[in-house]
Amino acid sequence: MIWWLAFRAILHREALRFLGQRGRLVAALVRPLVWLLVFAAGFRAALGLSIIPPYQTYITYEIYITPGLCGMICLFNGMQSSLSLVYDREMGSMRLLLTAPLPRWWLLLAKVTAGAMISLLQCAAFLAIAAAFGIRMPWPGYIAAIPAILLAGLMLGALGLMLSSFIRQLENFAGVMNFVIFPMFFLSSALYPLWKMKEASPLLARLCAVNPFTHAVELIRFALYLQPNAAAAGWVLLALIVFGTAALWGYDPARGMQARKGS
Amino acid sequence: MTPGLGIHAVSYSYGAKVALSEVTLEVPKGRFCALLGPNGAGKSTLFSLLTRLFTTRTGRIAVAGQDLARAPRAALARMGVVFQQPTLDLDLTVRRNLLYFAALHGIGGREAEVRTAEALERLGMAERAAEPVHALNGGHRRRMELARALIHRPEVLLLDEPTVGLDAAARAAITAHVHDLADQGLAVLWATHLTDEVRDSDQLAILHRGRLLASGTTGDLRGDEPLREMFLRLTGVEA
Repeated sequence: MIWWLAFRAILHREALRFLGQRGRLVAALVRPLVWLLVFAAGFRAALGLSIIPPYQTYITYEIYITPGLCGMICLFNGMQSSLSLVYDREMGSMRLLLTAPLPRWWLLLAKVTAGAMISLLQCAAFLAIAAAFGIRMPWPGYIAAIPAILLAGLMLGALGLMLSSFIRQLENFAGVMNFVIFPMFFLSSALYPLWKMKEASPLLARLCAVNPFTHAVELIRFALYLQPNAAAAGWVLLALIVFGTAALWGYDPARGMQARKGS
Repeated sequence: MTPGLGIHAVSYSYGAKVALSEVTLEVPKGRFCALLGPNGAGKSTLFSLLTRLFTTRTGRIAVAGQDLARAPRAALARMGVVFQQPTLDLDLTVRRNLLYFAALHGIGGREAEVRTAEALERLGMAERAAEPVHALNGGHRRRMELARALIHRPEVLLLDEPTVGLDAAARAAITAHVHDLADQGLAVLWATHLTDEVRDSDQLAILHRGRLLASGTTGDLRGDEPLREMFLRLTGVEA
């Protein structure tokens, strides 16, 4: 069937491109590993953590931020794909993709799914290295985390796609860092639990609570400990639907978002 | 006349700026139509509309009899495109690039292998199938994009300034090759701003500031005047 054939080809292409660029894999792994092995080591002394779900005992700070760093991998991947579109590096191949005789939503879904698969591969490599340094989760948790990471990757990929269709020109990577990646990452439960944030500022804690990235991180965190978290899953799914719909709207040929960008 | 590419009263504006105004053009099968226009004439806008990057409510576009607005997938399936910007994956092999495109058009498995091999054979590039695209020179890349655009056997072929950045020999070769394709029955729309790529027997459409200034057979249109002179006279653009 032509739909499935094209879907598979888009996934295959992204996987080959990713594996072909060794540098990209290394860069994608160095970032979270620096956080885990340097930042977390320095920070554990400064930050006392109490026992909060899903943990049943005191944990080290490294254990706490590992799911957040998986989320960070998904976040960077989603933004990187949108940046490459804005920068025209991918614009040609995007135009080629959109001339395929298939519905546009299907092609964009395949593209975002491919990005989520890459995120999953990177998370797997990251978790394996973390385990080698003694930062381990219960092993069935790694299996349970697969759908959680995929869902988070889809949601953040849809966000990236949405940004690429609406933002006329992202000046440079610093712009995205300042306005998307940093706020999303720091206003979340990736680095500190929400109750800690609440002590510092109730307003910031509330912002963290509505940030879809917080829920993506919590979804991964709970999955790693084999505990269901319907609220987080629901939030991530909702955000995926909202971002996905907005991205489709942005790429709708009749809306001409692409036209305005091109003028 | 077999339907090739039909463009009927197509207009488009970016906000208040009119990019295309009532453009009507018919390219039957077996014809090579040169769309000649200076930079900023509206060629790229027209190509974006033809490839459905965006759509317009005014006017109608038909590809091999299929309406692009009402049956976009049927229309796109009958269309081959060579874009102005490069669309190859430089890190992937020549063969892999072609297979990817074939799959996007619903051709997989053995059939895709056969058609990819045929396309490479035609290019005389069979022995380079396993090389990454970045090892190819500009001319070879362009020929490869052209071969790729033909893999799904389209009836209409669109090329947006396909010779940009090529040396004289590569430019002449690709121009001649596409003329041959038209002779074999394809409807070809070739956008360019270079008059020497146009032959007297070609259909010619001159686009300037979003309007068609002239449309017909090149030889009839130019009479005794060199095409270059006529083009400059009509568009008032200094070369």
